[in-house]
Amino acid sequence: MRLSLRELSVSFPDPEGGAAPALGPISFDVADDQFVCVVGPSGCGKSTLIRVLGGLLPATSGEARCDDELISRPPSQFAIMFQDANLMPWRTVLDNIALPLEIAGVPRAQRYEMVRSLLPQLRLEDFEQLYPAELSGGMAQRAALGRVIVQQPRVLLLDEPFGALDALTREKLSLELLRLRQRYMQTIIMVTHDIGEAVLLADRVLVISRRPGRLVEDIAIALPRPRKPEMKYHRDFIQLSKRVREGIEDINA
Amino acid sequence: MMRKSLRDIPGKRKKGDGIDSGSTLRRISPLLTVACLLLLWQWISARELISPILVPPPSAVFQAFIDALADGTLLKHAAVTLEEMFYGLLLGVGIGLVIGYAIAKAPLLENILSPIIVAFQSTPIVAYAPLLVIWFGSGIASKIVTTAVIVFFPTLVNTIVGIRGVSPNLRDMMRSLKAGRWQTFRHLEAPSALPVILAGLKTSTTLAVIGAVVGEFVSQGSGLGYLVTLARNLYDTPLVVVAVLTMTAISLTLYGLVAYVEWRFLAWQRRPRP
Repeated sequence: MRLSLRELSVSFPDPEGGAAPALGPISFDVADDQFVCVVGPSGCGKSTLIRVLGGLLPATSGEARCDDELISRPPSQFAIMFQDANLMPWRTVLDNIALPLEIAGVPRAQRYEMVRSLLPQLRLEDFEQLYPAELSGGMAQRAALGRVIVQQPRVLLLDEPFGALDALTREKLSLELLRLRQRYMQTIIMVTHDIGEAVLLADRVLVISRRPGRLVEDIAIALPRPRKPEMKYHRDFIQLSKRVREGIEDINA
Repeated sequence: MMRKSLRDIPGKRKKGDGIDSGSTLRRISPLLTVACLLLLWQWISARELISPILVPPPSAVFQAFIDALADGTLLKHAAVTLEEMFYGLLLGVGIGLVIGYAIAKAPLLENILSPIIVAFQSTPIVAYAPLLVIWFGSGIASKIVTTAVIVFFPTLVNTIVGIRGVSPNLRDMMRSLKAGRWQTFRHLEAPSALPVILAGLKTSTTLAVIGAVVGEFVSQGSGLGYLVTLARNLYDTPLVVVAVLTMTAISLTLYGLVAYVEWRFLAWQRRPRP
């Protein structure tokens, strides 16, 4: 699915009765099947961007379209993953991952079968009966990833999905995401503040300015796939990371 | 399975490693308190430190209990009180849940309703119970209403707190899953608010006895409250004590019932942290 943003901007009401601009105006297109990472200083409206694309927040002006359809409420075939795993503490891992299917009206036996076929790839097959309070951060985030994949979305929106994890778990999970992507999904837009993560995963990195966020750099990442962690030491990777970093530093200068 | 090995992590609590004996002591300590009070009571009566008309000995109370049980008085009145409490709880908790949910979803409603609700709550029920008897008659209806009024408030407040406390992130997630109103209620709001609502229900059940008995005090006829008045007028102090202790027993049983429901349905809250 293709996405296109045209002069999109969002502002929030401020205490004095005015409007505080939070994002944009910003315009860009995302091609079908593209993996785009959005980086920028904290508070630049990255999360707001994800919420608008996910149909959870209306744009103040301008528009966001998906295959020429205006996004005004959560579109079908979109899935969102947030920084917190956001699991329901009263549901087991199995039932948490099965939630989207349950809401879609898939019968119990069938949805359990679907989730169980997915669990080994998430490395959660031995933990399906555990409750979120019993999970480590990485396990919880893998369950959240499972809840997204089970929806078989055509567009996946990720809001710093691994931000709360330690560096190693984070890298492992992001590579798992790439592996799962090859099988299950297409277009991905991911917000992150980790330059290395952005370059390692994406086809394209967008650098957003400080609040209200505007597009300042659009960098194509022409590294071969499949991506591997060793690539981080490759000359091209370092070059690209440097360009992204310079883009961000220009904003701060 | 992995579950087992997780449980076997060294340092975790195991049966018989000393922690359990401590918790056994903790578990029986309320019974010890009751036993000590009974002993004290028996000792005071045996030495006749206080007149037996004021504080009857445990043996006299027990005899009164047996007599009241044998001639059916106790069960008859207890059944009446239980019935009033049952319908009162049903009505008060039901209305509390519905209005609480509505207020939690529509803050404007809170502005409209709160003066009435707060005024009702801050006026002592004992004071306006006679009014309720005038309005609803001296039959069971007025007692059901006094019970309903008194259990309404804790249910209302806890429902509002519970529903407002639903995580906004989970709400966003439900929206992105295209969940409908009913699905959001069933899969998110109800289970999320349940712990707080059950806590309110515990308070409500103990208050239900007060509501029913206040009603019975005001309009005579039957019920444990009436039995207390009756026995007092006859200077039958042991029977007064029997009636009062029966109320305590009913209240404790209901409380225990809710505690059991809590234990049964909120099992996920007892899960250990990794």
